[in-house]
Amino acid sequence: MAIAQTQNITTCRSNGGGSEVVLLDFWPSMFGMRVRIALAEKGIEYEYKEQDLANKSPLLLEMNPIHKKIPVLIHNGKPINESCIIVQYIDETWNDKSPLMPSDPYVRAQARFWADYVDKKVYETSKKIWTLKGEEQEKAKKEFIEILKVMEGQIGEKPYFMGESFGYADIALVTFYSWFYTFETLGNFSIEKECPKLIAWAKRCMQRESVSKTLPDSKKIYDFFIEMKTKLDL
Amino acid sequence: MAKNSEIKLIGTAASPFVNRVQFVLHLKSIEYEFIDENLASKSELLLKSNPVYKKVPVLLHANKPPIPESLIIIEYLDEIYPDIHPILPSDPLVRADNRFWANFIDNKFFPLFEELRRTPEKEGKEAIKKQLIEGSKLLEEAFVKFSNGKAYFGGDDVGYLDVVLGCFLGWTKFVEKHNEFKIIDEVRTPKLLEWTKRIWSHEALKDAIPRNETLMDFYMMLQINRPPRKATSS
Repeated sequence: MAIAQTQNITTCRSNGGGSEVVLLDFWPSMFGMRVRIALAEKGIEYEYKEQDLANKSPLLLEMNPIHKKIPVLIHNGKPINESCIIVQYIDETWNDKSPLMPSDPYVRAQARFWADYVDKKVYETSKKIWTLKGEEQEKAKKEFIEILKVMEGQIGEKPYFMGESFGYADIALVTFYSWFYTFETLGNFSIEKECPKLIAWAKRCMQRESVSKTLPDSKKIYDFFIEMKTKLDL
Repeated sequence: MAKNSEIKLIGTAASPFVNRVQFVLHLKSIEYEFIDENLASKSELLLKSNPVYKKVPVLLHANKPPIPESLIIIEYLDEIYPDIHPILPSDPLVRADNRFWANFIDNKFFPLFEELRRTPEKEGKEAIKKQLIEGSKLLEEAFVKFSNGKAYFGGDDVGYLDVVLGCFLGWTKFVEKHNEFKIIDEVRTPKLLEWTKRIWSHEALKDAIPRNETLMDFYMMLQINRPPRKATSS
């Protein structure tokens, strides 16, 4: 499978033979994008290593032996797995600027809840849209919209999930925005029509360089999906 | 030493997720009111407090909106009472590692228990038992790594993973007995076995461990409300 590299790969920082921060990733992955946004928010230089998921590298298998998945952040040789865990790690390690988590413990708990909600609900339901057909797909679309509406309701009139500052919960969801065009095309529906405020929030997030430079073009994602679908005969 | 009594916990004795929160409240000597919930007939309070998932545990703290999800509650309690028996370590890398294993336990290991219950055929059950045994071996390795020769995952005293995994032991023993096999045993998981004895007699957990009758009642309720799948005819 031809893997196109994103335009926004940050340059290597040589450090006596190796980068301090390495990211094993796959450019269309919404989970990988979360880590890229967090690294960009903090201005962290890192080496991006595109992974071939059909042919997993020894490095990936060594760094994530249990799940064998991307993204994996390798910091000073030590791996950190699971995108939400990685984002929290980045926030706690590079804690001198651009906090990603709210400062109040109660609001932090809320941010964690919503990021966890995205993990539990959004991906699995969206998968149904691109794997099912007919009535099953209609049901999946309805479920997906309902889930998006819950989150739209949570954002409400605020600029971001938890208020004035862009952060953890926004990062968890906004990466799916690059896949919306694909879901809409496959499911023949408009997310903006159903959840206009959510799309407004997404566009607001896209005004941040960390987001706009990370999220691949929606059409590119769609082309990737079609290519993958053809190859895997989905 | 009794602390503020503005904390209420909505839960049920048979839930390991609820037991975790109780364990942490006891470790931190936090006074709280336990609101017993009947999961077969959910109360208005629960449905209002956790409209998204309608599950226990839910923490009510003073007049703040409710906090659901056991792992989120634990981190919240740890952040508002950081000086009394800290649960998560302070080093970001060790924190990330702890969170990774909690994620593994909750999303890969424990769901197998329910899967085992709902799988009707012997062959299916054997396959799941195998997965549980594989999982327990990974947990043994994790224990050896985290404990580093000491008594608990947390080292000299109970930490995050002791709480997260320790509270599943009641159900582990129940499932072992019910299905006539060992998940934790002296040959495959000797260190983990020693740890289970230690954690079960821990002062702060003793009172939260549900009695076998409680687990049996809960099991019977599940059998009725979420019966095993029908066996597929060969």
